[in-house]
Amino acid sequence: MKRDLLLEIGVEEMPSAFMAGALNDIKELAEQKLTARRIGFDQVDSLGTPRRLVLHVKGLEEKQEDAVIAARGPKKASAFDPQGNPSKAALGFARGQGIEAADLQIREVDGIEYVFAVKTELGGMTEEVLPEILLDIIHSLSFPKSMRWAYYQTRFARPVRWLLTLYGNRTVNVQIENVFSGNSSYGHRFLAPDNFVVNSIDEYFAQLRQRYVIVDHRERKNLIWEQVQETARQAGGKAMENDELLEEVCFLLEYPTAFAGRFSPSYLDVPAEVLTTSMIEHQRYFPVFDDQGRLMNAFIGVRNGTAASLDIVRAGNERVLKARLEDALFFWKEDTAKALADFVPGLHKVMFHERLGSIMDKVERLQKLAVFIGQQTGLSCPDQLERAALLCKADLLSNMVYEFPELQGIMGRYYALQSREEEEVAQAILEHYMPRFAGDELPASPTGTVLALTEKLDNLTACFAIGIRPSGSQDPYALRRQALGVVNILTETNIKTDLRLIINAACQGLVNVKTEGDVQQFTDELMDFIRQRQRGILLDKGFAFDVIDAVLALSLSDLNDIQDRVKAVQEFKATEKYEDFMVVFNRSHNLSKKWDSTAVNVEYLKDESEKALYQHLVQAQPLVSQCLQAGDYTQAMHRLAALRVELDRFFTAVMVMVEDENLKAARLGMLKTIAGLCVQVADFSKII
Amino acid sequence: MNFQEIILSLQDYWSKQGCIIQQPYDLEKGAGTMNPATFLRCLGPEPWKVAYVEPSRRPTDGRYGENPNRLQHYYQFQVILKPSPDNVIELYMESLRQLGIDPDQHDIRLVEDNWESPTLGAWGLGWEVWLDGMEITQFTYFQQCGGFDCHPVCAEITYGLERIATYIQNKESVFAIEWVDGITYADVHHQSEVDYSHYNFHGADVEALITMFNICEQEARRVADLHLAQPAYDYVLKCSHLFNLLDARGAISVTERTGYIARVRNIARIVAKEYMEQRQRLGYPLLKDDKLRQQLLQDVEVEG
Repeated sequence: MKRDLLLEIGVEEMPSAFMAGALNDIKELAEQKLTARRIGFDQVDSLGTPRRLVLHVKGLEEKQEDAVIAARGPKKASAFDPQGNPSKAALGFARGQGIEAADLQIREVDGIEYVFAVKTELGGMTEEVLPEILLDIIHSLSFPKSMRWAYYQTRFARPVRWLLTLYGNRTVNVQIENVFSGNSSYGHRFLAPDNFVVNSIDEYFAQLRQRYVIVDHRERKNLIWEQVQETARQAGGKAMENDELLEEVCFLLEYPTAFAGRFSPSYLDVPAEVLTTSMIEHQRYFPVFDDQGRLMNAFIGVRNGTAASLDIVRAGNERVLKARLEDALFFWKEDTAKALADFVPGLHKVMFHERLGSIMDKVERLQKLAVFIGQQTGLSCPDQLERAALLCKADLLSNMVYEFPELQGIMGRYYALQSREEEEVAQAILEHYMPRFAGDELPASPTGTVLALTEKLDNLTACFAIGIRPSGSQDPYALRRQALGVVNILTETNIKTDLRLIINAACQGLVNVKTEGDVQQFTDELMDFIRQRQRGILLDKGFAFDVIDAVLALSLSDLNDIQDRVKAVQEFKATEKYEDFMVVFNRSHNLSKKWDSTAVNVEYLKDESEKALYQHLVQAQPLVSQCLQAGDYTQAMHRLAALRVELDRFFTAVMVMVEDENLKAARLGMLKTIAGLCVQVADFSKII
Repeated sequence: MNFQEIILSLQDYWSKQGCIIQQPYDLEKGAGTMNPATFLRCLGPEPWKVAYVEPSRRPTDGRYGENPNRLQHYYQFQVILKPSPDNVIELYMESLRQLGIDPDQHDIRLVEDNWESPTLGAWGLGWEVWLDGMEITQFTYFQQCGGFDCHPVCAEITYGLERIATYIQNKESVFAIEWVDGITYADVHHQSEVDYSHYNFHGADVEALITMFNICEQEARRVADLHLAQPAYDYVLKCSHLFNLLDARGAISVTERTGYIARVRNIARIVAKEYMEQRQRLGYPLLKDDKLRQQLLQDVEVEG
């Protein structure tokens, strides 16, 4: 008979950021471990609150499945004598396996016959193995940070305080340090603190609800969002949609009650981002917006408990937010009392990196490089680029950014506008950090686009120049993210430019920096590093890895060109002509692989087929080159594919590797020429 | 409840929970954690329960007495429970009830907040405790101290006394807190906040501070060599405070900063080691479980 299994790990308040991962892990671990122990089940579910991780296995079989275990013994040849009697080796093996020699079976492995001892291991009762499995699951859970407590060696996200286990109506015995499993649990920390006994799994869920715990995080999250929206509506606005915040709030409480609070409209003079950051980051409140999307002087908080004495809670929260906003207003006034440009000289004193100088040194590099990239890409103009580069780090010295580092750039834009800088310059200050995370917006203004590229390429080049490389999960300078940003900006906005030239310019900007290794070498490494990020992006876009690798093998330095080629080859691969093309490439490439010269001395050609091939080749060559020049790779491949007819005739008619060295050289020269044209599109030998 | 009643109430409560009520340590320090009653006592196997008020200094937080919430000198109420008891959170909640804060009437949350002190080579995991959205307490399970694993692990509860008082008394500014009838926090501390802000940001003599730092660092090492753990620790505390002053004075660049922190951490580690060896030489007198005591001493001999 199937029964449900329930495990509740009672913990002191878990970090909310760990919960999603932990709930996913506990489910997967249960599925793996039960399957490995051959215990069938219908479904595994996991639920949780800050104080409990709950595993619910539905329809768990009461018995393990039987297992057939086959152990390999000696080869058949040495297991039996010519009369078919078992040898000493076979008898010894059978004895070792605990079976009769007569029961040995013969099976073939890789063409050789062996004797096998095949035994059926009877499945035990689930109940008997459950303690071990549950303990294994608990100990296998890992967290981004875990801790010890009291005298114990066990590590967990936070101390384990109780364990509830039920298989059907019976407890499974598990022990974690001084905590023994039982059939009781606890309700809400304040509203139902007493221990209560649970007789069945259904009762567990019903009891928790009565005791102010919504244990299912999905239900709780929905409930919170409904309450937040409704409360915002009553306050006359709309709550900000922010899934990250919602998830965090969900894992900060067991029983939600949303409430609306107010603050003085006078704080609305401060930019909305400052107020919302303070509300979200410091207080986990949902900001409220009016119909026009303007921030209102209201917020939605969610309390861990019922609506009882909600006014006290509201008043307390309003007071706290007021102090926070008062700080923000003070910072805003202080910061805007002087022009943004007046912060710049202070950047001399702020270290960027001990080997790369101050932020001011960096700003000076950015100014030069931005103008160069502007010229290379034909975007923006030197005046705006220099100005934006000069000002882009100034807000780091503002009070506001000191308090809220995540507002860097955002404050720079506001302060630039307050200081009457050009709109384009102000926008570029904001945009030069973009994209800040995967899926973030890309810079939209021309100056912002150039400055965003400049910022990232200066960081990448400077780090590579002093020997910093990301390794494994270690990437403290977020170089992968920045390289991804470079690829995304260049390819999404279709900027054709020679990245190597820009990196060279960035290298030249590294005056007074002691670089590690040869410039050529780390430039190559950096180009490869960026192309590897592009490889990932192209894979995500659905391009085949072999096509991508074929193009990347050419070590091109225009990322749009790389993308165009990948697109062209992948599309061409789906057409009829692709086969012709690959025949042309393979036949010409395979034979001429070890041949270096493309020279063809026509005088030595004698067969009609090779003369004809040569004619076609001579005609096709400039046309293919033109296509390549124009970036029309599809047409180039079509033209090369068209050589198949003549090439096939040629191969049917003559042998390439003849004794006549001159003739051989001429023939190989033609093949080398053809193969050489093919690999100007991509290295097709990489294509599977 | 006035300011001193809050302190007395916490002392009374934790005293009833079996804590020694110690007094502040007589040297400048950034937090109650740096009092040897925490920093040294949390090392080694001996149990320890203590509570005390700690005047704490953060020179960079000075605001000339103008900011309602920031002070360069403030008070913490520190509790150490070693080993951490199973019901430590319940004990803490009960202490709030003693202050007239009924958790049922409020919204109390434990929000992840991990603590790290690079200068002390110490870190732990825990929470900040929120009372209706305001952080009133820092709650930490020490994992390492002076670079050594804490075993057993202790629970540290640090109440922000000014925060709690402004809440209980419903005041907008710490300076308005009623210390005792007719005397406010401002009466006691305002002028010194102003003066120290001037001193910390402008008045302190950088060269003298650097000289003092170097002397104190040397002295910490010299005294530690004499196996005098706590006297050596005094100089760790002095170094730490001198570093904070230099920092407030803007005299330390980002690169130098790491260097100074490492220097303080190194002497903190030396002192922590001296202290642990001393406790062992003394035979762990606070371990009342004689079997465990003999066992631990024997283990050390075997390892040694």
